[in-house]
Amino acid sequence: MRILVVEDDLEAQRYLVNGLREAGHVVDDAADGEVGLTLALSRQYDVAIVDRMLPGLDGLKLVAEIREHGNTMPVLFLSALSEIDDRVKGLKAGGDDYLTKPYAFAELLARIDALMRRRHPASVKTQLQVGDLELDLLTRTAKRNGSAIDLQPREFRLLEYLMRHAGQVVTRTMLLESVWEYHFDPQTNVIDVHISRLRAKIDKGFDAPLLHTVRGAGYMIRARA
Amino acid sequence: MRAPRILRTLAFRIVALYLAIFALSAAAIVGFTYWNTARALNAQTDQIVDSEISSLAERYQRFGLAGLTSVIVNRSAHSEATLYLLADSDKRPIVGNLDSWPNLVPISGNIVELDYERRVGSRTEERRARGRQFTLTGGFLLLVARDIAERYQTEKLFTTTLPWSLLLMILLGLLGGILISRNFLTRLDLINRTSREIMAGDLSRRLPLGRGGDEFDTLAINLNRMLERTERLMRGMRDVTDSIAHDLRTPLNRLRNRLEGVLHMIGPDAAGASEIEAAVEETDHLIGTFNALLLIAEAEAGVARESMEQVDLRGIVEGVAELYGPLADEKEITLSIPPSGSAIIACNPRLVSQALANLLDNAIKYTPAGGKVTVALEHTPAGIALHVADSGPGIPKEDRSRVLERFVRLEASRHSPGTGLGLSLVAAVVRLHDAKLELSDNRPGLRATLLFPAPTRRHSALPQMTAQKLIAHN
Repeated sequence: MRILVVEDDLEAQRYLVNGLREAGHVVDDAADGEVGLTLALSRQYDVAIVDRMLPGLDGLKLVAEIREHGNTMPVLFLSALSEIDDRVKGLKAGGDDYLTKPYAFAELLARIDALMRRRHPASVKTQLQVGDLELDLLTRTAKRNGSAIDLQPREFRLLEYLMRHAGQVVTRTMLLESVWEYHFDPQTNVIDVHISRLRAKIDKGFDAPLLHTVRGAGYMIRARA
Repeated sequence: MRAPRILRTLAFRIVALYLAIFALSAAAIVGFTYWNTARALNAQTDQIVDSEISSLAERYQRFGLAGLTSVIVNRSAHSEATLYLLADSDKRPIVGNLDSWPNLVPISGNIVELDYERRVGSRTEERRARGRQFTLTGGFLLLVARDIAERYQTEKLFTTTLPWSLLLMILLGLLGGILISRNFLTRLDLINRTSREIMAGDLSRRLPLGRGGDEFDTLAINLNRMLERTERLMRGMRDVTDSIAHDLRTPLNRLRNRLEGVLHMIGPDAAGASEIEAAVEETDHLIGTFNALLLIAEAEAGVARESMEQVDLRGIVEGVAELYGPLADEKEITLSIPPSGSAIIACNPRLVSQALANLLDNAIKYTPAGGKVTVALEHTPAGIALHVADSGPGIPKEDRSRVLERFVRLEASRHSPGTGLGLSLVAAVVRLHDAKLELSDNRPGLRATLLFPAPTRRHSALPQMTAQKLIAHN
């Protein structure tokens, strides 16, 4: 995947670029808004990571400009500002996701994967499958190995989100934001409790667990490779 | 029933009071003038009558009854305004310009008033006169009086017109009062409405100025200056939090990046990896504290006022309770939400959710297994109350206000995880929403209550005080 990184903190930029390259992406970088805009408009990218505060051209204006040119590539804002309204401003300006510094690299990677996945939806699915676990989005039912699993509505949404990102790391914050639509710090790791309940329902009694904990990052649903 | 709003304005009250004083003094002045004039006129009449009588008495003494009679005949023939009547002791008229002894109304001493008929052209009219009656030696009765019909008419005019004029004056005054109050109200309404919009978050708004340069304009100009300062301070506050956020987050970001980089380099199973993981965790804890502090600063600066929206508190309660439900289950705590209707308030949903989450998190954290946590919404006369009650150990009365301060953690909880900022954030969010936070004894346990004030009507100039009175009367 081709990724554009516009970040003026050079050390952060270096770290970001290295990390992304190591994860197998092709990365272009820019240290100010003007250069970022030129790159964004002259080349094709799958996703852009844009810092909110940039010299030359502010991140918000940069993205607004890109959007004005009809460019719809997914944009993830990075921001050292955590003002309550800031996320809203970022998303209004045309951003697709918003991550506050300092962030865990795993979080960033997971979000980028999700953004790119959103861009190329593998057709509209009514059925999700991971290993012998099936989720029917029309009848809202789940089955594993043919036997029905009884899920609460929220558990269903949680499982659906995990299965839509099967094989990808999904962080706790991503779950809180996407499944619960909350953008606040829940203090205790309440998400872990929800996951362990879900795990008890889908993995208990089966030899091969599907729902895995990824240390230092989050969770992943995946059939045994 | 309450009086219409216009009658409760200060302007109207002042006008009404002024009007009352004015009406009273006008009535007093007119009354005094009337009384004084009447007295003077009466005195004059009495004087004329007296001199008449003294000259008649002199006649009588010198010439006896015949002399008196001839004078009376003579005088009554030439005088219309003075009445004479001489009668015998049985009140039978002897001579004079009255046909019969009239009914006398005693006034004082031998002063009397009487009604009599006088021919004017072809018709007779009833007139009033004032005079004295005497008993002469020999039992004769003498009455001398002067016509006071004109004065009497004026007097009657006074007594009938005066109340009507007063009434008219009061009516006109009230009308004027209403007009003045209306003008006051329109301008006050404008100021109130704009201030409310400004308080709701739009700090760039200014009060409109009239053309007159009157007191209202002076008030508006002063308020506008104040608003300018407030806006500048708020912008300054925002700039400061922004730069603190930026200047601290950037190095924290690098620190975390580097730690992660090292971890990635040596691999998760290498010696020292767990130490680095712990360091990452510490960094995250630091970031958490920092974020909470920043959020408190933002909430306290009222920055989030701009993002207030009308939200059903019920939805927030259900959402957050659903999120924490499994956590309570895991600790074998019963989490109950008694049913309640919807409760729409203007708030920043993210901050209110965070505040509720903090309270609920605390409640679940400090309640032992088998306990009970209740989240309840209640419509009270003072507004909408959101209770989070638990059956844990509670907070001693003397510590309740202290726990709302930043970084304060009670001895009992010093070893459980937390930043010590949870309740401070709740307090800041509460202040942002003009709400109240109350910690009370749940017997046993702690009951935290957020009291959101009942929404005041947005576009009325009802002062806060009357709004509260309204509530109190409901």
